[in-house]
Amino acid sequence: MATISIDGKHYEVEDGSNVLEAVLGLGLDLPYFCWHPALGSVGSCRQCALLQFQNADDDRGRIVMGCMTQVTDGMLLSLSDSRAKAFRADVIEALMTNHPHDCPVCAEGGECHLQDMTVMSGHRDRRYNGLKNTHVNQDLGPLIHHEMNRCIACYRCVRYYQDYAGGTDLAALGSHDHVYFGRHEDGTLESEFAGNLVEVCPTGVFTDKSLVHDYTRKWDLQSAPSICTACGVGCNTIPGERYGRLKRIHNRYHHEVNGYFLCDRGRFGGGWVNSERRLRQAGAQMSDGCFAPLTQEQAVQRLQTLCGADSKLWGIGSPRASLESNWMLRSLVGDEHYCPGFGPEQDALRAVMTALTEGGVATATLPEIEAADLVIIVGEDITQSAPRIALALRQSVRNLGLEQAANLGVQHWQDAAVRNIAQNTRSPLVEWVSASTRLADVATKTLTLAPTDIARMGFALAAALDEGAGVDGLTADQTTHVVQLASRVLGAKRPLIVSGCSSHDASVVYAAQALAAAVARRHAATRVVYTVPECNSVGVGLLKGTHKDLADVVAAAEAGHIDTLVVLENDLYRRMKKEWVTRLAAAVPNIVVLDALETSTCDAAQLVLPVASFTEAEGTLVNAEGRAQRFYPVVSDVGERLPGWQWLRLAAVGRANRSDLETLMHLDQVLEAIAAEQPQLDGIRAAAPDASYRDRVGLKAARQPHRYSGRTAMYADKTLHEPKTPVDEDAPLSFSMEGESHALPSALRSFVWDPGWNSNQSLHKFQAEIGGALKGGSAGIRLIEPKGQPAPGAYSVPAAFEPPLSGWYLTAQYRIFGSEEMSAHAPGILAVSAGPTLILSADDALQLALAADDGVTLITADGSVDCEVTVDPALPKGTVGFVVGHAHLLDLRAGETVSLEKKPGLMRRSEVIASDGVRVYG
Amino acid sequence: MTDLDVIPTLSPEEIAEIEHEVALIPRRDSAAIDALMIVQRHRGWVSDSSLKAIAALLEMSPEELDGIATFYNLIYRQPVGEQVILFCDSVSCWLRNGDGVKEKLSELLGIDYGQTTADGRYTLIPVPCLGACDRAPVMMVGDDLHTHLDDCDLASLLTCEANHD
Amino acid sequence: MTDRPLTQNLRPDGSPVWLADYEANGGYQGLRRVLTDSTPEACQQVVKDARLRGRGGAGFPTGMKWSFVPMGEKAGLGPKYLIANADEMEPGTFKDRIILEQDPHQLIEGMILAAYAIQADVAYIFLRGEYTVAAQRVAAAIKECYVAGYLGQDIRGSGYSLELHLHRSAGRYICGEETALINALEGKRANPRPKPPFPQVSGLWGRPTIVNNVETLCNITHILTRGADWYQSLGLGADSGTKLFGASGNVKTPGVWELPMGTPIREILENHAGGMHDGYQLRGFLPGGGSTDFLTPDHLDLAMDYDVIGKAGSRMGTGTMIVLDDRHCPIGMVRNLARFFAHESCGFCTPCRDGIPWIVQLLDRFEQGLATEEDLALLEEKARFIGGIGNTHCALAPGAMEPVLSALKYFREDFEQHISGRGCRYQSLGRGH
Ligand SMILES: Cc1cc2nc3c(=O)[nH]c(=O)nc-3n(C[C@H](O)[C@H](O)[C@H](O)COP(=O)(O)O)c2cc1C
Ligand code: SF4
Ligand code: FES
Repeated sequence: MATISIDGKHYEVEDGSNVLEAVLGLGLDLPYFCWHPALGSVGSCRQCALLQFQNADDDRGRIVMGCMTQVTDGMLLSLSDSRAKAFRADVIEALMTNHPHDCPVCAEGGECHLQDMTVMSGHRDRRYNGLKNTHVNQDLGPLIHHEMNRCIACYRCVRYYQDYAGGTDLAALGSHDHVYFGRHEDGTLESEFAGNLVEVCPTGVFTDKSLVHDYTRKWDLQSAPSICTACGVGCNTIPGERYGRLKRIHNRYHHEVNGYFLCDRGRFGGGWVNSERRLRQAGAQMSDGCFAPLTQEQAVQRLQTLCGADSKLWGIGSPRASLESNWMLRSLVGDEHYCPGFGPEQDALRAVMTALTEGGVATATLPEIEAADLVIIVGEDITQSAPRIALALRQSVRNLGLEQAANLGVQHWQDAAVRNIAQNTRSPLVEWVSASTRLADVATKTLTLAPTDIARMGFALAAALDEGAGVDGLTADQTTHVVQLASRVLGAKRPLIVSGCSSHDASVVYAAQALAAAVARRHAATRVVYTVPECNSVGVGLLKGTHKDLADVVAAAEAGHIDTLVVLENDLYRRMKKEWVTRLAAAVPNIVVLDALETSTCDAAQLVLPVASFTEAEGTLVNAEGRAQRFYPVVSDVGERLPGWQWLRLAAVGRANRSDLETLMHLDQVLEAIAAEQPQLDGIRAAAPDASYRDRVGLKAARQPHRYSGRTAMYADKTLHEPKTPVDEDAPLSFSMEGESHALPSALRSFVWDPGWNSNQSLHKFQAEIGGALKGGSAGIRLIEPKGQPAPGAYSVPAAFEPPLSGWYLTAQYRIFGSEEMSAHAPGILAVSAGPTLILSADDALQLALAADDGVTLITADGSVDCEVTVDPALPKGTVGFVVGHAHLLDLRAGETVSLEKKPGLMRRSEVIASDGVRVYG
Repeated sequence: MTDLDVIPTLSPEEIAEIEHEVALIPRRDSAAIDALMIVQRHRGWVSDSSLKAIAALLEMSPEELDGIATFYNLIYRQPVGEQVILFCDSVSCWLRNGDGVKEKLSELLGIDYGQTTADGRYTLIPVPCLGACDRAPVMMVGDDLHTHLDDCDLASLLTCEANHD
Repeated sequence: MTDRPLTQNLRPDGSPVWLADYEANGGYQGLRRVLTDSTPEACQQVVKDARLRGRGGAGFPTGMKWSFVPMGEKAGLGPKYLIANADEMEPGTFKDRIILEQDPHQLIEGMILAAYAIQADVAYIFLRGEYTVAAQRVAAAIKECYVAGYLGQDIRGSGYSLELHLHRSAGRYICGEETALINALEGKRANPRPKPPFPQVSGLWGRPTIVNNVETLCNITHILTRGADWYQSLGLGADSGTKLFGASGNVKTPGVWELPMGTPIREILENHAGGMHDGYQLRGFLPGGGSTDFLTPDHLDLAMDYDVIGKAGSRMGTGTMIVLDDRHCPIGMVRNLARFFAHESCGFCTPCRDGIPWIVQLLDRFEQGLATEEDLALLEEKARFIGGIGNTHCALAPGAMEPVLSALKYFREDFEQHISGRGCRYQSLGRGH
């Protein structure tokens, strides 16, 4: 710690940090633009200036940039000296000379850091009366809107995009006062993390295109703390709502899960909740196959009839439904009739659950991933399967360079200096993957191998570290690699093993667990990351019970054991082959489907019930790290929809043995019941405060900022009276501006705002230390803590991969845009998703006379499917990859042998777009 | 791959010259400026397709390269005439009637700064101090420096330049 | 006559001195001797003792700069670099050009010795793009050296090896700033780098690097061969050695001359530059290029020494003077310079990028007769804001404001006349616009 004096007052601050961070950390205001807590300092904007004095006798002082000046013990500073203030006013006045002053039509208005800093720095009257520069804007694709004239050239965008996120297609162009931040030519930004520009840009240059088209100001948004449902990472988000529509999703800072950033699937993928395919009303299938709408009351009656006392009831749950809903279903149908509804990843997921709960190695938090000094990725294209983790891994490779900088006395936050020192130096990051990945640019080594060979590498390295028997039949190169890597592992301090379910191959996960155990025996600081495909895969995996497979459900149905099958938030076509769904539907007299979107499974149902989405309901999800996190509704008027668990609670009314369920009216009661029954889930109650939190003080946490406007006017077309504030009995949050918005536990904060700080930059007011945990600790609670010794798990080395004698071995390939079911329905995501794609090696493409975008027919035992071709020169011989989750490819399975035929007729995607002349967004 | 498709738009000579530069330095992308200058020497300017080709050769994105290309004064991202006239508009030449000479030159060629003559022969560009202030006012036509312009006949100077090419 | 080491080889017709002639004049003999007889540390010490100050503008002691370079084991793995700064884009500066064009071997020999002193492995000459003649001659001279064994592996059996490359800049004044120059050599946008780390510790490609001006490096051979005492004795005042001084503007014989440090300004302007053109009166001058403060006829008897000029409120800069006469508008002159700096701003930091164009706009208002008293106050306020040391990321902007602020000091009545007279009275004086 260091003692510094600011305007004559003494403060204790962190040694080695910079003055700007220290000042903000003390809760004082100092304006800034180019500094960003995650990006560090470069000193370009000059806005954070203050006065530093040599000693007590120095009354002149000199202007220094807070962000570029290291805190030293005894330093004397002034924020409020008139010279410092005048300098800051000069800076903002200069920055604004070319600004178009178009705040009224700017999507950033009201949450604009530039607006805030303009006021804070004391610039009001415009004295520059010359001409302004104007720029031509670019079309950056369906997700991000570009308005260059608002630019103040803080360089944050390119520093974020290139240096932090590894994007290459956004650059600073031109020079002097003609600098321009954009692409070389119009086109969709390529980075999967481009959406963060919306929050990184302190003005309105980069804004959320969907928000621009359907605009509401921040102060008119109703928000709630939420969790991203688009993958297993569980990033914390803030959805914003008005008029019942989701308007946008912003990052919600969580020090240990997502920090300052989201991926684009998370940011733009929530749009499905506004989709035309949302189920708004219950429906009963009639004899003609059409659905007749039912009122909620009628629907409940039907449901209770179908689930009546003597009905033989089975249920299929869902890894994308909340823990509460899954638990309620399981309770309703009974443990032995409950199937969690996992898909083709099931074996790998089960292996992950074992590794998590019994592997004895702790999962990494976000800061731990970023701090790793050696990363081994076992079979995951992590950018596609758990994107936010990939962004963190990009930071980890900087550690060696940071160390070099530290040796020269340069602090980590001196961003440009560190990068100049580090140049291309990278900490080791080794990938064993089954196709080219987006991390290849930072990987020190990438091996592309068939999944079984990936597993063999893992076991081989584990064996090398444990000095055990090696793996037979490795190639000479593989052996050398293993030997070299083993010695690097020994030299590392904070190794990290990354693996997961994406290959759909359990042996890969077994190998990762064995490897992690071997590494952890060498280094206590070893961490693991296992990806899982869905937002609650781990939560469902943690529910104890007998847990039937889908095959068991089909068998039971065909044996006549099922009268009514309740399918909770699950499109069965994504979980099992079509033929099985048909057989199941034929064998079960009554199928009840509860879902938020209309899916193909609904067609097989006798009763369809509309389920509230993550923006409309409250619930608990457990992320891949094992952290239980709560999401809250942001929309108050959910119409006929109910949360899944509420429907299921009502279904239990007629069932004699489970009448207890009926009494679980509120979420807190459900949580109690879960905890009572399943001690391993006891922690979920503490994931967020209960609904009675703040009851004593009488004010819940506010979902609306103080300036929320138009409470009466908003509904003036319906009623002239101000509608009564809806009451949320299940949450400690109010649908109102009345309530606490500041002194709150982080799990309950719906937005960040502080006087003078209307943008997301106000976050530092809520952090215990800049860039660190929020005051009052991080939200959520970890349910899994490693116990016992690192355990190597199932140690069965698979045979080396042999390319099939005829045909190709299918490997599963995830895509950030398109593989996930719900986000694929968001318009922005749809626009950037590829069609049904088959990935071929360059040799195979040549042999089949196929080029990228050509058509190919893929023939399996079940039938055939037409795909577009992508060529990946790194694909292992004998394999072809298929994109998981694409509607046309749901019947494909990793590990199957398939044959291929050129399909001459298929139009290239580019031609389809050109001939339609239609683009989803302009 | 599309990246490979564009490399053939660079001539073997250009590629060889660029690779020569690359061989001297520890990072491929560090040859960016040299590569741009090499291609410009061959083609007069750097078109979008040249830019993409160079970027592919240096394993960088067109954006990264264009950020560099557009930073520097002497890399032309628009077509220029057969010869570029760099006219010094800095202080010592200004003191020695540089502005007057510039006006005469503009009249003679019928173009202002940033423009190219209708016959495509000349593009006129201002340049900061050419480091020949003792001989002001000065300009460069192509690679040749011309000094003491106040006392010279611009028309015959240009004819002369045209002839010695 | 005093020694003129820097220009002793130059020929009246300006033709280049090639290797044979350079050697015939005693060239590369010092190199051979030093490489065999002297240690790098000893070389550094001689340069320190000679009290050579950098000729690039800032006058930083060269020996001290070198001493920050880690030597031996401490340097870590990888090459060390020496760079000759031959960017010379400062308006009114034309001194390095004559050496580059006429005596390239003098630079190369100096570079080899400097490189030896810091044990550099690779050296670069960063040459201004428009210097086409220099480019050809320097390239040819480098080739000669490789053939003669002065460059490359094991130079003349000394055990010391050095590669030397020529880089031609794509043109931007900021490239002259040493860290921006390093970025340009790395093939990047030439934004200056933050310091620390200083290039001596981490520069080109992250490795220890020395950047020296061409003229600075030319001095090295002479210092190492003739000794620190001799070098010190060349200066008339506090500073050692000789310097390339120059003058441009409406003087009778503009040019560059090698003169002792400490030569009085009057001698340079009246004797060497021949005094003002007939019909012109001296109003002021920028003593060391376009980024230095005006001095006036009152300062003519000052000695051209770093500290003397500094005390007078200006800077020695590059030592090439730009002379303002009474028939040219000081505001016009300052505007010309400001426009240059506005255009040459790298665009990285706010006061420079967005402030200097504002200065230009205000100066335009003066020239157009639109300026008011408020504009004058604003001009001064903005110039102080942009020009304050530490207010910007690098020294370009403070340099840019030196002519403006000093013009406001010495030529205030001109500004006021532009306001009251609604325009520029110099237009009626004939030449200049
Ligand atoms: C904007 C700017 C431009 C500069 N241009 C040059 C230049 O053209 N040549 C030069 O030698 N030094 C130039 N310098 C100074 C260099 O940064 C550096 O100090 C010098 O090359 C060091 O050499 P010396 O120690 O031998 O003087 C410039 C500095 C600034 C701030
Ligand atoms: S002062 Fe700032 S903008 Fe100007 S050249 Fe230096 S770094 Fe660039
Ligand atoms: S925030 Fe410190 S200079 Fe920009």
